[in-house]
Amino acid sequence: MATSKQREVELLKKKKLSFSEKAALTWRQMKENKINYLMILPFMVFFTLFTIIPIAASVVLSFTRYDILNTPVFIGWDNYLRMFLEDSVFLIALKNTLKFAIITGPVSYLLCFIFAWFINDLPSIARAFFTVVFYAPTLANIYFIFQYLFSSDMYGLINSVLMNMGVLDEPVAWLKDTKYMLNIVIIVQLWCSLGTSFLSFIAGLQNLDPSLAEAGAIDGVRNRFQELFYITLPQMGGMLMFGAVMQIASSFAVGGISSALLGFPSVDYAGHTITLHISDFGHTRFELGYASAIAVVLFALMIVTKVLINKLLARFSHD
Amino acid sequence: MSTKLRRTKASVVGDVSTYLLLALYAAFMSLPLIYAIVQSLKPYNELFLFPPRFFTRNPTLMNFRKLFDLTSTSWVPFSRYVFNTVLNTILGTVVHIISAAMCAYPLAKNKFPGKKTMFNLVVWSLLFTGGVTEIPVYLVMSYLGIVDTYFAYWLPEIAATMGVFLLKQNMAEIPDAMIEAARIDGAGDWKILWSIVMPSIKPAWLTLAIFSFQRNWNATAGSYIYTETLKTLPTALSQITAAGSVARAGEAYAASVLMMIPPIIFFIFAQSSTVKTMAHAGIKG
Repeated sequence: MATSKQREVELLKKKKLSFSEKAALTWRQMKENKINYLMILPFMVFFTLFTIIPIAASVVLSFTRYDILNTPVFIGWDNYLRMFLEDSVFLIALKNTLKFAIITGPVSYLLCFIFAWFINDLPSIARAFFTVVFYAPTLANIYFIFQYLFSSDMYGLINSVLMNMGVLDEPVAWLKDTKYMLNIVIIVQLWCSLGTSFLSFIAGLQNLDPSLAEAGAIDGVRNRFQELFYITLPQMGGMLMFGAVMQIASSFAVGGISSALLGFPSVDYAGHTITLHISDFGHTRFELGYASAIAVVLFALMIVTKVLINKLLARFSHD
Repeated sequence: MSTKLRRTKASVVGDVSTYLLLALYAAFMSLPLIYAIVQSLKPYNELFLFPPRFFTRNPTLMNFRKLFDLTSTSWVPFSRYVFNTVLNTILGTVVHIISAAMCAYPLAKNKFPGKKTMFNLVVWSLLFTGGVTEIPVYLVMSYLGIVDTYFAYWLPEIAATMGVFLLKQNMAEIPDAMIEAARIDGAGDWKILWSIVMPSIKPAWLTLAIFSFQRNWNATAGSYIYTETLKTLPTALSQITAAGSVARAGEAYAASVLMMIPPIIFFIFAQSSTVKTMAHAGIKG
C-alpha cells in the first residue's frame, strides 16, 4: 500500500499533469486517507473555531477603525502607518521587546537545554528533586514575590539587605528607576524560564534510543560533549524546534511580568512592551483595529525569527 | 540507566561541578518559593516589620485559618468553586491529550494531501498573541451558545495548539519500522496510535498533561462566565483576598501557597511515572 502511494507521489512530482488529473489524483489520495482526516477532525474543527477564525478576524480588523460599539470602518494601511510614524510609545515598546527577546530568548533556550541535559543523567531521585525545584517557579506562578523583594522603600528585602551591608545609604527605587527596570524584568523572566521548553527537552531526552549512546561509546566517543554533539543533538531535531518556537512565543510576548512588577504604565514606559501596548489599546482604549494591527506586526516579527531559527536548526532535523 | 549499558564515562571533576552548579541554581530558583511559604506563615505584625526579616519568628497558621473563615462567608458555598475547578481541570486535560494525540499521529507518521499546511497553521498560530482575539473568540462562543456554561472552559481545550506540536515532534522520532511491523500484523491506524505510539511517547504526553493541568487549574472565569456558581477557585480566591487589599495580605499568601499544592503534587506524580519508558523497546526485541 505504502509503495503504491509513494509511486503516485513521485508521479506527481516528475510528470507535468494537467490540473484535472492532479485534482483527481489528490482526491483519490484523500479518499485513501479517510482515517487520517477523521482523526484530525475533532482538533481541526475547534482549532478553526477558536483559533483560525479569531486570528483571521484580527488580521481583517487591523485594516479598520473599530471601537467595538460601532461597525468597523475600512481605513487601509492607516493603522500600520500610525504605528511607525506617529506612535512614539509603540517605538519604545518595540525597542524594549526586541532587547528583551534578544537577551532572554537565547539565554533561556540554552538554560533549558543545558539543565535538561544535566538533569537527565542524574540518578532518578536527584533528577526528580531538581526537576521539581527548577520547574516550581513556573508551576507556582508567583513572580509577584519579586515585587516585595525589589520593593522601593526600606521594607524591600534587597534594599534592607544592601543597606545593612552598607552598600547603599538610602533605598533604591528598583522598580521606578529607568536604569534598572527593564533589567529586573529580564532577571525575573530568566528566573521563570525553565518552563515549557525545559520540561519538553527532558521528555525528549528520555525518548532517545539508549542503544545509540552505547554504540557511540564503543565507536570511540570520548566525553559527554562529543556524545552531546554526535549522538544526542542529531536525535533531538524535532524537540529543538519545538523549544525554539515556544521560546520565541514567550520571549516576544512578554508583558505580564512587566506590568505585575513595574505597574502599568511603567515610569517613562521603560518597561513597556508590544504585548502591553496591545492590551492598552485593545482593553483600555477600545481601539481594537489599531490593537489588531500591532498584533499583526508582532506576529510578523515572530514568524521572521522562526524562519531564521529554522535555518539554524536545519542541520539537526531530518526532514 | 541502571542497566549494564555501556556509556561514555563522565569525569569526576565534571560530576562534582555539575552538582555544584545545579545546587547553586536550585538555591536561586527556590528562594522566592520559600519566601512565599514563609510569608504565609508570618503573623500579621511581622508581615510589615522593619527591618524586614526573611524568616518568621512566630510561625502561625493564622493566615490559613482566616482564609478558611473568609471562604465560609462567600455567597456561593465555597465547595462549589473547588468542584468547578477540579471538574474543568480533569475534563480539560483529558480532552486536550486525546484530541492532540489523534491530530498529531497522522501529521507525524502518515502522508496525505494538506498535511504540511495543517501543521504549519498549528505552529504559526502559536506565534499569534492572544491579546486581540478575545472579542472574535467571544463572538464564536456566543454563536455556539456556550457563553456562561462549563463548555466555555473545556471546549477550547480540544484545540489547544501546543499539544499537537509537542506530540507530533515526539511521534516523528518513533522508528517507522515499528509502525510498519504493527501494520503488517494487521493493526489499523487507530490501534497503532493507542497501543504502540502513545505508550512509547509516555514522557511527552505526561509532560503535556502537566502543562494542561497547570493551565486549567489556574484558569480564571475570564469574560466568558458571569454566573457566580460557574466560577473557579482562582477567581473566587482573588475576589476575597483583593476585597481587603493590604489587610488581607497574609491571606493572599496563604491562598497562593494552597493553590500551588495540587499542581505540584500532580507534577511529582507525572514526573515519577515518566522515568525511562523504553521508547525503542519495540524494535530492539
